[in-house]
Amino acid sequence: MAMGDADTRDMRPWVLLSPALTAITLLLAIPTCFVIVYSFWLRTAAGDEQVGFYLDNWIEVLSDPFFRDVLLYTLKIGAITTVCCALMGYPAAYFIAFSKMRNKAFLLLLLMLPFWISYIIRTMSWINILGVSGAVNYVLQSLGIVSEPVQMLYNETTVILGLIHFLLPFMVLNIYVSLEGIDPNLTAAARSLGSTPFQAFREVTLPLSLPGLAAGSLLCFVLGSGTYITPIVLGGPGNGMFANLIYNAIITQLNWPLGSALSIVLLVVLGAVVLLYNRFLSLGQISKGLG
Amino acid sequence: MAGGGAMKGRAPTGWTFIKIATVLTYVFMFAPVAVVMLLAFNASQFGSFPMTGLSLRWFVELAHNDAIIRAFQTSLLLGALTAVISTTIGVCASLAMVRYDFPGKNLLNTALIAPILVPEVVLAVSLLLFLKFLGMPKNFVLLLLGHVIFTLPFVVLVVQARLVGIRKDYEEAALSLGANPLQTFFQVTLPLLMPAVAAGMLFAFTISFDDITGTLFWKPPGVETVPTQIFAMLRNSISPEINALGTVMILITVALPLTGAGLARWLASRRGG
Repeated sequence: MAMGDADTRDMRPWVLLSPALTAITLLLAIPTCFVIVYSFWLRTAAGDEQVGFYLDNWIEVLSDPFFRDVLLYTLKIGAITTVCCALMGYPAAYFIAFSKMRNKAFLLLLLMLPFWISYIIRTMSWINILGVSGAVNYVLQSLGIVSEPVQMLYNETTVILGLIHFLLPFMVLNIYVSLEGIDPNLTAAARSLGSTPFQAFREVTLPLSLPGLAAGSLLCFVLGSGTYITPIVLGGPGNGMFANLIYNAIITQLNWPLGSALSIVLLVVLGAVVLLYNRFLSLGQISKGLG
Repeated sequence: MAGGGAMKGRAPTGWTFIKIATVLTYVFMFAPVAVVMLLAFNASQFGSFPMTGLSLRWFVELAHNDAIIRAFQTSLLLGALTAVISTTIGVCASLAMVRYDFPGKNLLNTALIAPILVPEVVLAVSLLLFLKFLGMPKNFVLLLLGHVIFTLPFVVLVVQARLVGIRKDYEEAALSLGANPLQTFFQVTLPLLMPAVAAGMLFAFTISFDDITGTLFWKPPGVETVPTQIFAMLRNSISPEINALGTVMILITVALPLTGAGLARWLASRRGG
């Protein structure tokens, strides 16, 4: 059952793989093809789909500056979130990796904890902090700094804040994994050869941790750019991201063909980022973080 | 390790900066969640600041809210079924990937994690469209299949990572001592696999229990899971119950892996001793 024999015509791995491959074919590969087919259909005024090969959705999606602007806005939010996560996550990962504290395991556990806390709860928790009757307004009012509650929610900053809060653990974990894999003798050697601690960091530790930083950045960017929940919960009317357009088209307007075309745009754009990453670094780096 | 020690000794400012930054990061991560749990016990009738006293009233109201109870039942059932199906499929696939060499392995490895490479919204739309094409209305099975395909890559990654650490010697020994492959699987391989199976199931359950991105697309009208219920409550008005509901959810999803880890450690220590 479990031994890898030299026999190359061994069918056992294929038997073991068949349920997973069936699931992926039926639930991912074929449905994705359908999205492509659907994007060429047309939604009639009556609300039905007209089967055929129409370019109308594509002309609309590719020529209407509204869609382009939302896409660029989405990528901008994704990029800002990723940079913030990297800046906040690196010191934390460095501390956990190189700290001599006895409670290192506890720090790691704390780091993993947010993965287990629901995304929607972590997102909505910011309403308790920044809302009109939230913690910050309560403190400001108690101290007499403001007399009326300040509206701090429902703007671009809170969307980014919510996304950082959601994605930071992915960043820290990936950086930690690659810092942890660095041979301590390398930094020790750099130090004994006369480099300052900062030089040793810049010349040895930082370059060796780049794969983790890149993997974390990829995850943050792709997950951040693909979300529609955070903008709904923490954003204002102008803060909708590209996935919100898809959600609105499919769920609110029931315009399936348009939603399909928009889905393909998002898939291609974010897929290109993944492929670009995979071209230079391996996707295997990401799975290291989960092990 | 040595680097950290050296820095501690010779460049206190750098290390102090890192320490402060780390503390701030942890505060940033946990303060909002702590506030949710704190406000859940607030006696005030609006459930927001200021705290007027400790009370369990919001938990009592939760227990009497039929919609929330139903959402919990749906989430638990969905999570449990997802965990069982996804882990069964995932463990088989992982065994194939870790224990055998065959042509096209790299490609298949990518295929297995493909569902997380595709943005979840797109995965949600495609599955929904396929169902629509087949002429089926949204139903619980769609929700379940969606959760299975979405959790599968995570299970495969976690289980593969654990499987690599399990040596084949035991199975080879069992086989050479005359056990047949089935006996070997059930009496040697499976017990050794159990930690990986448990980790996969836990992971799948938690992801399913937390999922909202796909669930909002897939759920039939009238059916709510806990996350979509919270989402609906958020859109209507921020009711104080929401913090209590959040607290219950945090306790479930955090206590489960901690109990699992504790149990695993206890089993390991018992086996070791």
